[in-house]
Amino acid sequence: MKQITYEKIVEEVARLCQEANYDLGQDVIQAFEDSVKTETSEAGKSILNQLIDNANIATANRVPMCQDTGVSVFIVKLGQDCHITGGSLQDAINEGVRTGYEEGYLRYSIVDDPINRKNTGDNTPSVIHVELVEGEDLEIQMTAKGGGAENMSALKMLTPSDGLEGVKEFILNTVREAGPNACPPLVVGVGIGGNFESCAYLAKKSLFRPVGERHVQPDIAALEEEMIIEINKLGIGPQGMGGTTTALDIKIETAPCHIAALPVAVNLNCHASRHKHVRL
Amino acid sequence: MAQHYIRVPFEDGVELELRAGDQVFLTGTIFTARDAAHKRMVEQLEKGEALPIDLTNQAIYYVGPTPAKPGAVIGSAGPTTSSRMDKYTPRLLQEGLKGMIGKGYRSKKVIDSIAENNAVYFAAIGGSGALLAQKIKSSELIAYEDLGTEAIRKIEVENFPCIVVNDHKGGDWYKESQANFKQS
Repeated sequence: MKQITYEKIVEEVARLCQEANYDLGQDVIQAFEDSVKTETSEAGKSILNQLIDNANIATANRVPMCQDTGVSVFIVKLGQDCHITGGSLQDAINEGVRTGYEEGYLRYSIVDDPINRKNTGDNTPSVIHVELVEGEDLEIQMTAKGGGAENMSALKMLTPSDGLEGVKEFILNTVREAGPNACPPLVVGVGIGGNFESCAYLAKKSLFRPVGERHVQPDIAALEEEMIIEINKLGIGPQGMGGTTTALDIKIETAPCHIAALPVAVNLNCHASRHKHVRL
Repeated sequence: MAQHYIRVPFEDGVELELRAGDQVFLTGTIFTARDAAHKRMVEQLEKGEALPIDLTNQAIYYVGPTPAKPGAVIGSAGPTTSSRMDKYTPRLLQEGLKGMIGKGYRSKKVIDSIAENNAVYFAAIGGSGALLAQKIKSSELIAYEDLGTEAIRKIEVENFPCIVVNDHKGGDWYKESQANFKQS
């Protein structure tokens, strides 16, 4: 059985938090560069180039690419033969966030209570999803999820008669309504199926896949290809200033569901699609 | 679309010349305020109290910056979504506020209020906080310190880039620019 210490998790999580905020993934930068070539709006091209400059400044100066350094969301794959020593997994992750955000000069964006709204002053608690898997590794995936795009996300309980057309329409409507508010060009995460809460989780989880990568299932991959074209026909463009790059990518995940149900969740991510992971 | 290099606070009604789609570079001092500061300002006005800042001819930047690293004047500082301030904006425009910098759509009520009060709404590039911070030359905490990142700061900007979205003539750049590229 593998032993992983509390301190090791704290250290790795702190590093992930900082790297996620300073170093935009090469997948997103590549998507910006590809979009500059295809974008038909001059203003849109200029915005995309400024986003590339912004990412370069953030990396070079070790400063966050965006002032919204987000809710720290974790998807943890914990091997059933892995033993964490010296404290709980949740405490270790939260301590890692606390350390990473404080030492990294990242913004504290969490309030303790949704009604009374007092800032917790350390960006905790984070949102932690743990999946128990086979093996003895501990894999930690982290995203710094900004509030603007999260606010424009939506979930709808469609029913079977709405069908695939209903799903497509809901995705397009969600992106249309979000417009500039969600900081396009977006990465659109979609969950189809499952139940109310698992559908939302599917959408979030889909955003952890690299930009530019298609789903392994050919029918889902084809739907992703189709929807990216449809989304980019909306005209919203970079920052809602008009153009053909409304989204950099779309990710779709599906799950079995009830005979009466067809849930769809659309979790929007701004262009600062910040994901890092480590396997211990 | 015209390009303007203008000073803030606005002088001699220069804000009236701005039209939707114009590119503007702002130089001077502006205030930062977002959700919690807006709520508190409007609550103060409702109680008949004076605001901690004079909004006459001023611009507010909707931003909650990251903490400044040692030696820096401010951390990353890009715009946040403006619609969350919509509920409070008409009241502040009545106090003489002329400009707002943020990102995203405004409500019909705010757009009408911009026209009535001869004001202007600008968008800066959301998610470019590292780049925009380089246009900020100083930052001073002015009020509501307990709000942390949401406190009101007076910041000095130099050629801060933004685009006019809503002008006082009813122009709406999001609508106009997107219409040119809509294919479905």
